[in-house]
Amino acid sequence: MTKSSSAGDQAAVGRAELAAPRAALSEAGKRRTDSDAGIDDSEETIREALHPDIHDPIIDVASLSLWYGEKQALFDISMAISKNKVTSLIGPSGCGKSTLLRCFNRLNDLIGTVRIDGDVFFEGESILGPDMDVHLLRKRIGMVFQKSNPFPKSIYENVAYGCRLQGISSTAELDLIVERSLRDAALWDEVKDRLHDNALGLSGGQQQRLCIARAIAVEPEVILYDEPCSALDPIATSRIEALMRTLTKDYTQVIVTHNLQQAGRVSDYTAFLYLGELIEYGPTEQMFVDPRRKRTEYYLTGRFG
Amino acid sequence: MIEIILVAALLCISALAYRWGRNYALAAVSGNPRKLHSLPGHYGAYVALWCAIPALVVVALWLILEPRLIDYLLVSHLPDEIKTLSSAQIDLLINDIKNLADGNILSREPDPAMQAAADHYNRWHDIGLASLAIIAFLLSASGAMCARRRIAPRFEAIYKVERLIKAFLLLGSTVAVLTTIGIVLSLLFEALRFFNRVPFWDFAFGTEWSPQTAIRDDQVGSSGAFGSIPVFAGTAMISAIAMTVAVPVGLFAAVFMSEYASTRTRSALKPVLEILAGIPTVVYGFFAALTVAPAIRDMGQSLGLDVASESALAAGMVMGIMIIPFVSSLSDDVLNAVPNGLREASYGVGATRSETILKVLLPAALPGIVGGILLAISRAIGETMIVVMAAGLAANLTANPFEAVTTVTVQIVTLLVGDQEFDSAKTLSAFALGLGLFILTLCFNIVALRMVRKYREQYE
Repeated sequence: MTKSSSAGDQAAVGRAELAAPRAALSEAGKRRTDSDAGIDDSEETIREALHPDIHDPIIDVASLSLWYGEKQALFDISMAISKNKVTSLIGPSGCGKSTLLRCFNRLNDLIGTVRIDGDVFFEGESILGPDMDVHLLRKRIGMVFQKSNPFPKSIYENVAYGCRLQGISSTAELDLIVERSLRDAALWDEVKDRLHDNALGLSGGQQQRLCIARAIAVEPEVILYDEPCSALDPIATSRIEALMRTLTKDYTQVIVTHNLQQAGRVSDYTAFLYLGELIEYGPTEQMFVDPRRKRTEYYLTGRFG
Repeated sequence: MIEIILVAALLCISALAYRWGRNYALAAVSGNPRKLHSLPGHYGAYVALWCAIPALVVVALWLILEPRLIDYLLVSHLPDEIKTLSSAQIDLLINDIKNLADGNILSREPDPAMQAAADHYNRWHDIGLASLAIIAFLLSASGAMCARRRIAPRFEAIYKVERLIKAFLLLGSTVAVLTTIGIVLSLLFEALRFFNRVPFWDFAFGTEWSPQTAIRDDQVGSSGAFGSIPVFAGTAMISAIAMTVAVPVGLFAAVFMSEYASTRTRSALKPVLEILAGIPTVVYGFFAALTVAPAIRDMGQSLGLDVASESALAAGMVMGIMIIPFVSSLSDDVLNAVPNGLREASYGVGATRSETILKVLLPAALPGIVGGILLAISRAIGETMIVVMAAGLAANLTANPFEAVTTVTVQIVTLLVGDQEFDSAKTLSAFALGLGLFILTLCFNIVALRMVRKYREQYE
């Protein structure tokens, strides 16, 4: 694992250097011929598209490349994620959005065949380095999954799970945490009378908000969302989006989404990935109104993807 | 022998009929199978089935009825004085006549009447076979003809063939169910006969088991004591020892395989563990009797304990080893069936692997694991060979695992092995024991299946 000194100017250089060997990959070569015809941006545009001004970065991705076995899923990604903002990762299926997200809390560790090059820094500390305490990291960077996955326990126990792991066992303290988390997740009023019912009895949207409550109960600094609304109806989706907006004051949030409108509604910054490469990254409004790169424009206007 | 050739010939004819029907169907649409309602093969199968089944049914009926018919004819042709003999003697005589006809050794000197009967027998047999063959071939030919005549491009052969396949499937399951019912009923009736001689309460709650009854009046023997408690207690103790071995070991193995082992380790380990289930129980039996039991006895002696050489401990431990794959394999499957989302959710809030296993995976998989354990218990209760070889025969009512105890299965074996009269209480008690065992394992199985099903529902 190579550790990059600074993520800042690495990307542009790395991009130019890597262009030649990457084109040698037959698969990559094929990709370039189809959809890249006529959308070669100038180097200056690329640099602009990839380096927005990020204030107060909390996560810093430095030249991250990732392979699943022989297949490379991420190509030299560098980006910084702003504290207490919502950053969305968009792109067509298989572009590496979820893979990138799972690097932030090292959930990719669960897959045996992953190889990673480059690094991700969380408040200056190397996430991928050997000194990182993965379990502590995951307490600080919580995650909400695509398919709501409450434990087959009571609502109360679901929320209290993470705190119990940290050794909090006093009922009074747990009661407080459960209530606060459920209130923050905008679920308290719906479940306060049946906290000890099985969580699997909740509706899909409620289950997903319960998962958010479970994630924020351990007071993380960052919450990662992996397509949290893809299995929900529009009403449940809008509740979760509203919830995300209210959570910005305390949490840094990163959301992977297929839904461009959702990215536009909830996020402050948007990163567009395509086939494992970061194509453009910038403030959401600017990206949606005036994308720097043609491919971003094509994707946002629905010409491909 | 001739009959086997006949059946083979019928099957060959059916194969020809298949080709015939298939080609006929194709010819009817001048070789374009798209114009047929069903595939050409279905028309072939339709003709072949009509060719084979009626003829085979007739052959089967003949094979069942022919011996009775010929016996009846033989008896009616025998001299009148023989008809006054008892049925057992007539059976013996008929047997001799058949032996004479086949050229085998007889139990008496043949007399002219018997020789005549044997000749009759041979002739009837030949006539019967010849007519059977003719009837069967006629039936198959006419069946094939009729079926072929119905073939037309719009004829829905596939539905007819499928209906017949469904009938075969139904037949298969019916055979299984009927056999079970038959076994249960035979157990039940013999057990009822036993309870006519020995009161049910004595059997169910008696604490002394000594099934020896006096065969002759002047024999110095006990009248038999049929209290089943010590026998069932022995079964319970050995099963309990087996489960104390099998449950922890099996569960640990399952957790290791599903949560810690790499895919490669797992794919190597699981078949090896399942080999344990493939070892014949008789091999476990002499392993228990010749290796484990003496080792335990010697170890006990060196500690100053009095250990029987056929201790419950030895039999139970070896039985436990035999059951390990049951527990581990089922638990491993259940653990693997826990949705991956739960693992990710747990790791996602910072749980370690062991926390995830203890607090999420095992509770989620618990109903399935318990179901697996219950199935293993009924296996342990019904296990026979190991205990026959390694457990004792004396029905001790004891809680000491170093003493010899006996089990229900061992008692059934000893009661029914060797020459037995089938109307003594001693022999019949085996059926009562069997019934008890059956009810016990049935209860465990029902509870186990319920729990496994409940677990499945949770994640669907």
